[in-house]
Amino acid sequence: MRVYLDYAATTPVRKEVLEAMLPFFSDDFGNPSSIHVWGQRARKAIDESRAEIAKFLGCQSEEIIFTGSGSEADNLAIKGLLNSYIVKRLNSDQSKSEKQINNLTNQQFNKPHIITSAFEHHAVLKSCEDLEKKGLATVTYIRPNKEGIIEQEKIKKAIRLNTVLVSIMYVNNEIGTIQPIREIGKMIESVNRSRSTRIYFHTDAVQATEYLPMNVDYLHVDMLTIAGHKIGAPKGVGLLYIRKGTPIRAIIHGGEQEKGLRAGTENVPYIVGLTKAIDLIKNANLKNLRDCFIERIIKEIPEVYLNGSKTFRAPHIVNFYFKNIEGESIVLGLDLEGIACSTGSACTSQALEPSHVIMSIFNDHFRAAGSVRFSLSKLTTKRELDFAIEKIKEIVARLREISPYTKEKNGN
Amino acid sequence: MAIDSLYNKKVIEYFLNPRNMGEIKNPSGVGRVGNPVCGDVMELYLKIKEKKTKKGIEPIIVDAKFKTFGCGAAIASSSMMTEMIKGKSIKEALKISNLAVAEALGGLPPIKRHCSILAKEALEKALADWKK
Repeated sequence: MRVYLDYAATTPVRKEVLEAMLPFFSDDFGNPSSIHVWGQRARKAIDESRAEIAKFLGCQSEEIIFTGSGSEADNLAIKGLLNSYIVKRLNSDQSKSEKQINNLTNQQFNKPHIITSAFEHHAVLKSCEDLEKKGLATVTYIRPNKEGIIEQEKIKKAIRLNTVLVSIMYVNNEIGTIQPIREIGKMIESVNRSRSTRIYFHTDAVQATEYLPMNVDYLHVDMLTIAGHKIGAPKGVGLLYIRKGTPIRAIIHGGEQEKGLRAGTENVPYIVGLTKAIDLIKNANLKNLRDCFIERIIKEIPEVYLNGSKTFRAPHIVNFYFKNIEGESIVLGLDLEGIACSTGSACTSQALEPSHVIMSIFNDHFRAAGSVRFSLSKLTTKRELDFAIEKIKEIVARLREISPYTKEKNGN
Repeated sequence: MAIDSLYNKKVIEYFLNPRNMGEIKNPSGVGRVGNPVCGDVMELYLKIKEKKTKKGIEPIIVDAKFKTFGCGAAIASSSMMTEMIKGKSIKEALKISNLAVAEALGGLPPIKRHCSILAKEALEKALADWKK
């Protein structure tokens, strides 16, 4: 038996998605920017896709920018917004004489300020760090509480006069906790009412797309990221929703595709595939399966702890801390039994660094080293989970025997 | 599968069936190296006895056991180290390089080489403990 429990890393492309994509490779292969019929057929496919996704997000078609990945969408949201502030400031500096610039107070000359969380996906974290390193922005990283939740109050307290952007993920990709996006969005809106410069709100909704409310007005967000391969579309396509009026400048320059915000010939088949995957979203009931899995693991294996809130949790992601043993050896042991899971996120498993997510919550290297993520989808069955539970039990027991932290009863 | 290409068969074999796993009661020396910050912790137990050899009376490692908290490569490296030093004189054992441990395992991926270094350090520390 082979059991894939790493759907948060990536999902298989759905058959219906692949079928919808196929005509756009060799038959309707035109470049959407071309004027002829070939081009116009491709253009039509993209226009229809945008309209379809706009319905899903409750926005207007022209507020959707297709990208090459979720990471690219995150980069565009953060760097693109900051680019617009930097350019604006440079332009206004030019119109002032040198003397005037010298007279500017520190406050006036402050760099734009970003608020994000310490356990964002690296696409957000490293974009922020890059801006910091270049001296283009200052960043506040809010630490989650012990339940793995970013508290709205903490964000409110971190807001400064020069804050321009708040970026908080909808569902944490490693531990699965749901962040109070709607509450944060409403709070920012009310703060914006009492100040002259607006704060924009971005959320990386990559792990939420299939399971949680995605209406952008309900969520009160200005920007929102989706990645195709987490929802049954292929790798290599994503999108950024950008609310009308949000100041943003391209980070990839070239042609005028995507309203000049993302140069490069549109990836027509993949955009069609992403749209089909979104069309196919039905609220699957994974909660019972997930809760049963959590309950049995906690009950049947000693010294296992669930990372993150049990209540505010996306239906498909579970993360356990197995005391006294190391996560990669658990993943290896399970892989040899035909079960796929992961330590941290797939993006970090190549690095030897401990999970920044677990560290941000518990500041405990043991916990970071001993935590493993299991992620489900509507393809997951109870039989698969039962099989996985038996194997997890065996492997954890065996590794604990090897661990120096579990001493032999009669040892000295 | 990904892990097949990350680790070769020998590493997998030592991970699944580690030789000399456990503790030694009243050991001659114990070495614990590594820390959870780097992700691996190894504990090496030695039983050393003076024995007659061709070179005269020499301290010989008559038994070696290990316990490891860490990845597959760390478990395999520490197990391999115990196998390589068992029956050897202290002098001979100290000649075993971390590369020799990695080679005996059929090679380790570059990001896992530190595991074999850790195994070497565990041996040195256990011997230092014995000398005390």
